[in-house]
Amino acid sequence: MRALFSLAGMALLSGPALADSMEIEIGIPQLNVAEYHRPYIAAWIARPDHTVAANLAVWYQQEKRGADEGETWLKDLRQWWRRAGRDLQMPVDGVSGPTQAPGLQTLRIPGDSLAIQALTPGDYVLTVEAVREVGGREMVQIPFHWPSDGQADLTVSGETELGTVALKLIPEN
Amino acid sequence: MKRLTLKLLAASSLVIAMAGSASAHRAWLLPSTFTLSGDAQWVTVDAAISNDLFFPNHHAIDPASITVTAPDGSHVAIAHAAEGEIRSMFDVRMDQQGTYRISTAGAPSYFAGWMENGERKRWRGTLETLRAEGIDKKPGVEVSQAQRSVETFVTLGAPSTEVFSPTGTGLEFQPVTHPNDVFTGEPVSFRLLLDGAPASGLDVTILPGNDRYRDTPGELSVKTDADGVFTFTPELPGPYWLTTGSEGETTVDGMAMKVRTSYTATFEALPL
Repeated sequence: MRALFSLAGMALLSGPALADSMEIEIGIPQLNVAEYHRPYIAAWIARPDHTVAANLAVWYQQEKRGADEGETWLKDLRQWWRRAGRDLQMPVDGVSGPTQAPGLQTLRIPGDSLAIQALTPGDYVLTVEAVREVGGREMVQIPFHWPSDGQADLTVSGETELGTVALKLIPEN
Repeated sequence: MKRLTLKLLAASSLVIAMAGSASAHRAWLLPSTFTLSGDAQWVTVDAAISNDLFFPNHHAIDPASITVTAPDGSHVAIAHAAEGEIRSMFDVRMDQQGTYRISTAGAPSYFAGWMENGERKRWRGTLETLRAEGIDKKPGVEVSQAQRSVETFVTLGAPSTEVFSPTGTGLEFQPVTHPNDVFTGEPVSFRLLLDGAPASGLDVTILPGNDRYRDTPGELSVKTDADGVFTFTPELPGPYWLTTGSEGETTVDGMAMKVRTSYTATFEALPL
């Protein structure tokens, strides 16, 4: 924790102002299926032209008995793979993570994070894509404006592989 | 004599038609996966000539005719090849990041037709055997050249373009849209070169696979522009087959002959 605070302090001293932050909730539905595997999920911020402004998370099976077998299925997150994944060297610090259990998962993106610092004022789309082994695939999107300008919380509901996805833009103060 | 010549012409163009892909039979290479992730992967490829896409029902393609080119331009040997009656299969191990080309492109074939003792003779072979067997010296011989490429492209990681470096011979594919970056509802542009120059004014046919489960073929017909570029928008997700061909005259080793060049490729459109 101490390291985090000092990093934030350095950011203050070295120029970039503390910015608004984000909180993203990703609902992973409980599914009653014969064979269940936790989904692979990617979350990223896209510009209106679909280019990637920031990678927020990719949850996948990172290692299996020392092999990188989990990366075999990353391409099934097919929009993320096309827009971001295939140009990245996996794993990505602060982005890669293990698969998550059903329930509500929260991603907090602090104002001094690389992701937030990369956002210039403008229109963006939060995109969350989920794909499940021997299951389906779903992608949801939330358009938003940055900085927050006091926007209400934005939510969208998935229908099959994702539950409710919520984006909260939290003003700096 | 005039009738004879006409007959000969008809005979030789029939042979050419059979050799090319103008008939209903469609040659194709279908990889198990077009886009892959990870450090190294295997794909398995079906190779066949059939009426339906992509269901083997006519003839296998000889696996010995396959060349695999890796992203760095080197050739990769195929593995586990087997030739069935109506379909061949082989595997390709990919351990370089980028786009691989899997192709039957090779040296052109030569066809000859002539009359001998009142019998119509047909011959097929290479330029070397044409000379060696004295086929080119047969009285009234009509020689023609056919060059056929059947290709597909498979990408591990991010798509790359090194395997599209043109050789300047025959019909060659150039990406405008990368063939492993095709999505439904988005316009796709590909480019064709003929002997290294833009292949303008060619008719290109694009067919979605799974025709067994449709009443209509769903064929798209487009023409290449002055730059050899053609554009279409795939509506159905799944594998697609595209084909085009060109006919002309050429002179090989001082022999004037008709030349027929065809190009066929398989790619997939992913749903958005």
